[in-house]
Amino acid sequence: MFEKIFGAGDTNSLTMNKPHPDSLLDTGVQGVISRPIDRVDGPLKVSGTATYAAEYQLDGLAHGVLVGSTVGKGRIVSVDADAVLGMPGVIDVVTDFDTFLRNAQQGGETTAPTQGVRDVDYFGEIVAIVLAESFEEARAAAYALPIEYEKKEGQYAFQAHRTEGETPPDSVTPAKFTQGDIDQAMRDAAVTVDVTYVTPSQNSAAMEPHASIAVWNDDALTLYGAYQMPTSDAQQLAKSLGVSDKKVRIIARYIGGGFGSKLGIAPESVAAAVAAKKLGRPVKAVMARGQVFDATVRRSNTEQHMRLATDRNGRLTAIGHDSLTSNLPGEDYFEPVGIGTHLAYAGENRSITHQLVPLNLTLSGSMRAPGEAVGMIGLECAMDELAEKLGMDPIELRRINDPAVDPEKDVPFSSRALTQSLDKGAELFGWNKRNAMPGQRREGEWLIGMGVASAVRGNQLQQSAAGIEIRPDGTATVASAMTDIGTGSYTILAQIASEILGIPLDKITMKLGDTIDPPAAGSGGSWGAASAGSAVYLAAEQARKKLAAAMGVEEAELTLKDGYAIGDNRQVPIGELVGSGIEVTGEIKPGSQEKQTTQASFGCHFAEVGVNAVTGEVRVRRMLGVFAAGRVLNAKTARSQCLGGMTFGIGAALTEDLIHDQRTGKLVNRDLAEYHLPVNADVPQLEVHFIDERDIHANPIHAKGIGELGISGAAPAVVNAIYNACGVRVRDMPITCDKLLAGLPPM
Amino acid sequence: MHFTINGQRHEADVDLRTSLLDLCREHLGLTGSKKGCDHGQCGACTMLVNGRRINACLSLAVMHQDDEIVTIEGLGQVGNLHPLQDAFVRHDGYQCGYCTPGQICSAVGMLDEQKKGWPSYVSESLTDSELTDAEISERMSGNICRCAAYPNIVDAIREVAGKGDRQPVLEAAKEIGA
Ligand code: FES
Ligand code: FES
Repeated sequence: MFEKIFGAGDTNSLTMNKPHPDSLLDTGVQGVISRPIDRVDGPLKVSGTATYAAEYQLDGLAHGVLVGSTVGKGRIVSVDADAVLGMPGVIDVVTDFDTFLRNAQQGGETTAPTQGVRDVDYFGEIVAIVLAESFEEARAAAYALPIEYEKKEGQYAFQAHRTEGETPPDSVTPAKFTQGDIDQAMRDAAVTVDVTYVTPSQNSAAMEPHASIAVWNDDALTLYGAYQMPTSDAQQLAKSLGVSDKKVRIIARYIGGGFGSKLGIAPESVAAAVAAKKLGRPVKAVMARGQVFDATVRRSNTEQHMRLATDRNGRLTAIGHDSLTSNLPGEDYFEPVGIGTHLAYAGENRSITHQLVPLNLTLSGSMRAPGEAVGMIGLECAMDELAEKLGMDPIELRRINDPAVDPEKDVPFSSRALTQSLDKGAELFGWNKRNAMPGQRREGEWLIGMGVASAVRGNQLQQSAAGIEIRPDGTATVASAMTDIGTGSYTILAQIASEILGIPLDKITMKLGDTIDPPAAGSGGSWGAASAGSAVYLAAEQARKKLAAAMGVEEAELTLKDGYAIGDNRQVPIGELVGSGIEVTGEIKPGSQEKQTTQASFGCHFAEVGVNAVTGEVRVRRMLGVFAAGRVLNAKTARSQCLGGMTFGIGAALTEDLIHDQRTGKLVNRDLAEYHLPVNADVPQLEVHFIDERDIHANPIHAKGIGELGISGAAPAVVNAIYNACGVRVRDMPITCDKLLAGLPPM
Repeated sequence: MHFTINGQRHEADVDLRTSLLDLCREHLGLTGSKKGCDHGQCGACTMLVNGRRINACLSLAVMHQDDEIVTIEGLGQVGNLHPLQDAFVRHDGYQCGYCTPGQICSAVGMLDEQKKGWPSYVSESLTDSELTDAEISERMSGNICRCAAYPNIVDAIREVAGKGDRQPVLEAAKEIGA
């Protein structure tokens, strides 16, 4: 659709088939890139005037309240709508057994998720929507709606079914990878570790619940939603509703966090759209918090069999990371537990495999750093165990196994600053004060320990486009169907455009989160900044070419600063060079650089914890993350991303644990009082340090993903610190007091 | 029913079951206050009622007809931000922004409570507490931020409370011989 707005002829397209050593961000003189600039959307957010999905004020809006199933597996016999249609304000009860979504869709898919809700496959599956003139009336009727089920036998208990796992199809990572002979290497090794780590299901729990307002205009749908990836979400929605992609527009200007849970469409979207069509009025459907837990996505639980083998000097000869995860029957997605293990360390003999156990529980899908976030718990805790067995410092163990090239593909890393990060972190954190013997440092009731873990997160570039318009008054608009889910996209994209075009930030209007603008990959997998940022870069480069031509100078001779074009001893306002205005589009696509180099961001985490010797309570006292992720586009928002990731790590290590009733599949702790997110008092003043780096193989802005690097390795640093503090090695997350108590040393 | 919100008089004909939060969000167009849980578990809906912070999702609108209600919209506006709003922007005390109005209203209420000498769980004294970082964190723990801007939220509040800049953790670590 954007061709109408942005002339397709003025598209600057780049496929990353070659390194891109020169960047206009290094030659720009506006001086805004990388600086810790306040968010451009900040004043709107702090004043309550940023508009989130459920907040659009529309005439004739009907309120929808979703109804979830009360069986974990079964078939709907009847929905007795008549029983509630007479209640005050009730307009209708809508179910569509074929069209409603059984479950949410995974991110980036362009097809509909599994549809159909007559047969219920998990507790809380959304089976109906009740519409009324007010929220209160709809809620009362939704609670009262009689639904009769024929109950069936479901599979709810992972332990009971763990042997029924099968190898799923490959995804972002191969389901099954082997190299050499790990069994032989384990037998021949001087030192081995052979342990199993377990992590529970988790929920992204973004503070904004999933919400949709659906408005039909004849046969075209506009959906105000909470989405990370509107371009592909609109396609998913169109396919689900059986309409053409062109007929669906998604608007998601502000999103109250996503962390993976809003990558694909969730059941409320289709329920709202179907109801709005039937009623002929706009319909709003907001998930209750319990429904977010029940019927969006969970991160799968994992069981990780870790095997490590070394020679006498600590050089790894084998790495095994064989995992079990779970998902709904018929769903292929598996938590890619071993994805970081492929490139973390050297070692000739390798086995990195995944098996998927079908369970009748909420869809499992992506949550912040799918794979590394939990996989690095197994890997990095096992490395800690190995270091102890070897009598070697954990940093030294990592240093000597830091591979020069990809240990499986034999291609170079685009950049890799793992050891450098560890060294810097050790210095900043005071690692040399750590006592390698656990349980030695005591302050009153508190046992104090330090832990370290590497951070590894694969880098991705996704096809994305952005448009820039420059007007005769010297102002500009940057538009893309990219989103800002709290990541800082509004700000960093404005900084990129400003740096290259020399247009001050306050003269740039940002327009994101609307599928009428150039399509983009959106926010997920930490690719957002690099992908949309490169698209803005390319659009700005194109605009710069036009400005040079209008100025009559070579591009290399042109300087753009503070709204002026300078060259050939002339200084002209940029607005005077654009005639009646110019519009350009930039488009980035991934290319063979992804194959010619292995691209990832690296870093490490250091944690110091106190373990209460009486109660087993764990307090994180301080934490440091050191990260190398290419160019940092905004030092302030990048740091915030890392704080967020590190805090997710604290939650994974200490508190977060989705518990399902093993008999019914019902999620027991489906609210924010019982699913324990880290609160302010759980999080100390975290420190973040960036290693200065450029990745010329990644993209023209030389930046890599950062939002997930901060979680990868954060939890194991805490876990390892707990061991160092008290000598109790817990391999079952989260580490709650009860798991420590029995092993604590005597007072 | 009639309400006084941000110094303005509002009339609304709402269901008796309507929460104060839904009154603002669904009936008066004041969507600055957020709904994160509707169960009093997240703090996103925090408003000031007669100067005290409350979870507006847990309170019925009908109970507040004679109260002075202040929401985020009343604290300050774009171009005329309240010092805490301004400090949140400068310290990046948010990411997605969804918990932010609640955090800021909560901080306003919290600073007043602390000034009046109300103790918290971590206070050394029941009558007289110093506004340390631990006090700020404890007193702000009813406001969940999944984006986890906590360190920056503490920085913003400390600055507005006139307690200066934080002591860097790493230097603090040196002092304790870590
Ligand atoms: S919405 Fe009121 S506390 Fe969560
Ligand atoms: S800023 Fe996103 S939840 Fe706090």
